[in-house]
Amino acid sequence: MKIHIKNGRLIDPKNNIDSKLDVYIAAGKILALGNCPEGFVANQTIDASNQIVCPGLVDLSVRLREPGDEYKATLISELQAAVAGGVTSLACPPDTDPVLDEPGLVEMLKHRAKQLNLAHVYPLGALTRQLQGKVLSEMGELREAGCVGFSQANIAIVDTQVLWRAMEYAATFGYTLFLHAEEPFLAKDGVAHDGEVASRLGLKGIPSAAESLALASILRIAKETGAKVHISRLSTAEGVAMVRDAKKQGLKITCDVSANHLHLTEHDIAYFDANCHLKPPLRAQRDKDALSAGLKDGTIDAICSDHTPVDDDAKLAPFAEAEIGATGLELLLTLTLKWAQQEKVTLLHAIGNITQASAQILGIQAGDLSVDSGADICIFDANEYWKICPSALKSQGKNSPFNGLELAGKVKTTLVHGQIVYQNY
Amino acid sequence: MNNPQLDKDGRLRHLLSIEGLPKNILNQILDTAESFVGVAEREVKKVPLLRGKTVCNLFFENSTRTRTTFEIAAKRLSADVISLNVSTSSQSKGETILDTVDNLIAMHADMFVVRHSQSGAAHFIAKHVPDHIHVINAGDGRHSHPTQGLLDVFTIRKYKPDLHNLRVAIVGDVLHSRVARSEIHALTTLGVPEVRVIAPKTLLPAHVEKLGVQVFHDMKEGLKDVDVVMMLRLQNERMNGAMLPSAQEYFKTYGLTQEKLSLAKPDAIVLHPGPMNRGVEIDSSVADGAQSVILPQVTYGIAIRMAVMAILAGGQGNSSHGGQA
Amino acid sequence: MNKFDTTLPDAEVLLKTLAQKLKPLLQPNTALVGIHSGGVWLMHKLLVLLEDSITANAIEHGTLDVSFYRDDYAQRGLKAENRPSQIPFDVDNKHIILVDDVFYTGRTTRAAMNELFDYGRPASITLVALVNRCGRELPIAPQIVAAEIPLDAEQNLQLIQHANGTLGLELINKPF
Repeated sequence: MKIHIKNGRLIDPKNNIDSKLDVYIAAGKILALGNCPEGFVANQTIDASNQIVCPGLVDLSVRLREPGDEYKATLISELQAAVAGGVTSLACPPDTDPVLDEPGLVEMLKHRAKQLNLAHVYPLGALTRQLQGKVLSEMGELREAGCVGFSQANIAIVDTQVLWRAMEYAATFGYTLFLHAEEPFLAKDGVAHDGEVASRLGLKGIPSAAESLALASILRIAKETGAKVHISRLSTAEGVAMVRDAKKQGLKITCDVSANHLHLTEHDIAYFDANCHLKPPLRAQRDKDALSAGLKDGTIDAICSDHTPVDDDAKLAPFAEAEIGATGLELLLTLTLKWAQQEKVTLLHAIGNITQASAQILGIQAGDLSVDSGADICIFDANEYWKICPSALKSQGKNSPFNGLELAGKVKTTLVHGQIVYQNY
Repeated sequence: MNNPQLDKDGRLRHLLSIEGLPKNILNQILDTAESFVGVAEREVKKVPLLRGKTVCNLFFENSTRTRTTFEIAAKRLSADVISLNVSTSSQSKGETILDTVDNLIAMHADMFVVRHSQSGAAHFIAKHVPDHIHVINAGDGRHSHPTQGLLDVFTIRKYKPDLHNLRVAIVGDVLHSRVARSEIHALTTLGVPEVRVIAPKTLLPAHVEKLGVQVFHDMKEGLKDVDVVMMLRLQNERMNGAMLPSAQEYFKTYGLTQEKLSLAKPDAIVLHPGPMNRGVEIDSSVADGAQSVILPQVTYGIAIRMAVMAILAGGQGNSSHGGQA
Repeated sequence: MNKFDTTLPDAEVLLKTLAQKLKPLLQPNTALVGIHSGGVWLMHKLLVLLEDSITANAIEHGTLDVSFYRDDYAQRGLKAENRPSQIPFDVDNKHIILVDDVFYTGRTTRAAMNELFDYGRPASITLVALVNRCGRELPIAPQIVAAEIPLDAEQNLQLIQHANGTLGLELINKPF
């Protein structure tokens, strides 16, 4: 299929391009940019006038809910949601049911995803068996089955000895570890940031120190073992400062922030809005400001959606009992654009945070529009507003703290491997 | 953001927390309660206001005393009362909170008095009931116990009418106490100039001073020259959670004894929401002494709850107009 | 008087008429009960005007708020201000003289009687009103009145108390 995308503004952060360039696609790859190659006759032409053409988004954390939690969401609904949000490659955490600690499960997941011909799925394997933090999982086998890294999802490894050895083992083979920094005893039963809002509302708080203490251990062990570690969902000002420092020291550390935490603080809980029950919790204004600053100065590498769909009933409970998480795949682009606009960050930089940077962290060939690379492309209208509401979302998860808001940034066309997988006109 | 407790005309639709209620509504409740105190002293302790209405006590968390006072209050307004101890019944069979509420509405309950172990439970229920149903929060987790806060302020006002000139001290486990939070909001909203909290650091919430209180860790310092001492209950779990070493040490440092009370003003009054742990947070001689107003609190609690129900259940027409004679 | 005639009688003059008509009823075992607010003002003035009879017959007095017995609670709710009723005597077997300012539909009187009966069983109730504006909706009527002023539904007759303590009658036209 030969496709010609014309009149669009091409933004490709990896190759530092931001200009009007046409795109020519053939056999699933980018054939050329700019001038029409000789003899090229397009089967299909996409007019991207007044639209931006960028690499398909790469999302570092998307819960697909398969296997195991199909009542919350399914592979097909979530991968459709992904391409509706312009996401063409995504990593999923291992906290499925059963846990992704067996090569067979990983193969099956990859196989099923591939058959759907929607977004590419890159599973993160469990770092320890059953995520229990005791016995190492067969990282080599899981790697071969298709895992791009290893994670504990939101479950901390309590035994420091195990954490050390896991990082040491992974470092032996150059595997990347995706770790969430939260000290489990300080965070136990906590549901909100331990600050003035939690105090007023009578919610058990998770102190910022829960993140910084755990982060200190992770960074120290990383230093000793030389492990490559990606910190998932940074949430505190202290955390940002520690990562900045670690990078200065030359440690192999990367990190991401969830799009939710760029826009919301503890105050958004208001009258116990269960859609704001998130992990890590929404913190104070100063934390949000520090996360923003960290993204701008490169301390934080990427923005992810932290897509966590839940079934409708799961949020219909008092705050602490409501299930944790927010739907996010279809909001990643919109929220990133809003952040960029508010913080006066260039589109080149911001789009880089959701394409090239994430691809690099995952170690995959994606997130850029280099000639000869796979034609995974997102075409969007940065000025088109859409209302965030259950009917507008393809994901089965309708749980969003942004429900009811009208935001700018609508995906118009998504291509994966040179095929149009989503169109909205 | 719309205050879920008020309707679009600013009238009380639910009583969920003292926080967010304007001063005039608090005063309306207190003043209406004055009239109901008189009713309790009559031969016929009933008035016909809620006749034909059904008040449902929906207690997901056990409490005999609070439930009983709400029952008495509702009955004195001539309402029919259903009391559901949900902890033992359908909840354990997996029925959701909303299903329980919907079933009761289908059985024509008009008003819910809700107690739950989770903060925000009353707000949650209020968000989901139809317009004609009113919700009263009888205690949600650590968040709020508005009728207790109101009856405490009412009691204080009875003995110390000039609220603008008072020093009040709240002593004990503020961190876990919905009563403390409601008391603080009521006192500060009504203009009490100095509200102190006295507790060890482990029993104070983060940024507690943002609630408008002065923090004391030394009880002797904190009680100096106060007009009102409000004691809080200490629960046994606090020792298990490594927040306190023992009840004995707590009594020594934060228990209210005659000796410590003498540091307050000589005519200071002592309140306690009950039930009391004698010898843990309060000495028997103080609890039963001349400065204690703990029993009047109970009496006034019924009047306050009657006032709240009467204000909520009334029609929404222009109520300031005199009406026909 | 028709509805366009805005000349209202002097309340203080009517009060004296009322006091004269009331005097014969001031017997032993009788109590005056004023209905808030106008009825209470009137009652206090009557207590002064009829001081001698009051003292001679040991007449007691009290006040009723009737807020909790009104029949329009379901439509209008409670008033923002209400004062406690005060009946500091035993109602059982007492002759009660209920004092109200303007008698209109009779509903306030019904509420007052219901409330009184929750205090005890009176020997009799006599309703005394300064003005009857002729519009009763219930089989209730004042036994003693100082003036009859028929009015239309749009007109609202109120007893007011001036700053210097004197009472006056005012006609307020309700908005359409």
